[in-house]
Amino acid sequence: MVVGTGITPFGELWEHSLRDLGIRAGMEAIRDAGITSSDIDALFVGNMAAGRLIDQTHIGALIADFAGLAGRNLPTVTIEGADASGAAALHHAYLSVASGLHDCVVVGGAEKMTDLPDPEVTEITATALDQQWESFFGATLFSMYAMMARRHMHEFGTTREQLARVAVKNHRNGALNPAAQFRRPVRPESVLEAAEVADPLGMLDCAPISDGAAAVVLCSAERARRLPGPQVRIAASAQAGDTLSLSSRRSLVGFDATSVAMERALKLAGRSRKEVDFAEVHDVTTISEIMAIEDLGFVKKGAGGPATASGMTAPGGELPVNTSGGLKARGHPLGATGIAQIIELVLQLQGKAEERQVPEARVGLAHNVGGCGATAFVHILEVA
Amino acid sequence: MSGLAGVRFWRETKSRYNLTGNRCGVCGTVFFPPRPVCTRCHRESIGRMEEHKLKGTGEVLTWTFVHEPRPGFEIQVPYILAMVRLDEGPALLAQMVDCGPGEVRIGTRVHSVFRKIGEEGKSGVIYYGYKFVPD
Repeated sequence: MVVGTGITPFGELWEHSLRDLGIRAGMEAIRDAGITSSDIDALFVGNMAAGRLIDQTHIGALIADFAGLAGRNLPTVTIEGADASGAAALHHAYLSVASGLHDCVVVGGAEKMTDLPDPEVTEITATALDQQWESFFGATLFSMYAMMARRHMHEFGTTREQLARVAVKNHRNGALNPAAQFRRPVRPESVLEAAEVADPLGMLDCAPISDGAAAVVLCSAERARRLPGPQVRIAASAQAGDTLSLSSRRSLVGFDATSVAMERALKLAGRSRKEVDFAEVHDVTTISEIMAIEDLGFVKKGAGGPATASGMTAPGGELPVNTSGGLKARGHPLGATGIAQIIELVLQLQGKAEERQVPEARVGLAHNVGGCGATAFVHILEVA
Repeated sequence: MSGLAGVRFWRETKSRYNLTGNRCGVCGTVFFPPRPVCTRCHRESIGRMEEHKLKGTGEVLTWTFVHEPRPGFEIQVPYILAMVRLDEGPALLAQMVDCGPGEVRIGTRVHSVFRKIGEEGKSGVIYYGYKFVPD
């Protein structure tokens, strides 16, 4: 059960260090859960690259220490699965509670990206690819998605305008999210005219560089009954993998890891796709969201562009996607993203999403991808 | 970079200079980069993977024009990256050179050339390897 949430604003947070951000999110989650730090059995942290971004590893120990918990000698661990580190931390925290080993744990995700200049960050995000056979030859994370976008356009007739619709929708959603990095709408023309990153993708097709942290408190169903507030159940926590390099894959127009994780998640939850009311998907680029709704099976392969243009994934549509603003507008502090997605699900399921509220939200889905699809997680949450 | 940083480059020179991959002695599947174990035959292939030099010919599966580069590639911006399906089966990622974006399309026939890829600072190792040009 998810019994508490805490999130910092996402963005260029010059005045805050990684430890400040992690502690702030964690403390807020503990307060929100109505527990005290003495109730916590363990801390799990999702982080992709602090070792290079801020020259600091051992993030679990760091955050527990500066949260004042060193005296409790808590077990802590940092979990890395590229930019799916947040979902990976949640998965392992969930297993620790489901197994009965722990009764109540905090799971956070955090990343501090703006202490380095942008080109170095570009190099570091590309470490999620195959360093020896892709990044070495000049690949960046966005260039890999750009190649998938071109192939998707070639095979299915997906258009540049359909890609832009993803950015326009997610910026409109982000404008309503107090934690979002970009709280302003963008016009379709602005997306098309933005500086190029890797053709056909421009700056407004790509998630930004962000600082931020997010945390949730998980506890057993028995413990949750003694806590206040509307509660949310993790109905499924599933993962799947694929080859590290895109060149070795079966397909260049989607991620098998996403499809397989989805099948596993639906089976674990005992649910069908039709029962999913809304979703947070890994829109690290605009094409990523189009491929995600296809790979998750909400539309058939190739139909993601027209479905987006038709408004299917917009608020009020058949399946609202990325009501938080997604990675695109909420921001993408690598390790924090998977937990931020879960917080949006919890707020929606608790009816606390204010202007972004999806009416009668009972079942929500979160989809977090590592790198260019070698790792994918699907979590399904439901009203308890 | 310091110390033996160049070693991780030197270790791969055979494959990067000559497009040397390998081939499963059981099922015949060709791999690039070379793999220690066949993805189809698994345990059966151990000790039966044979070196296999690729011809360096193939066709473009997809490509992009990179404007926001990695450090070390600034001077080349914008540069073309392509996913190339080699005639022996495996696909790889490489830069396309000696051509403009108008000359690269999905399906364009290409062949490999030997070029400088990068360097470790002003006094460090220079990296060489394959790039591709249209036929």
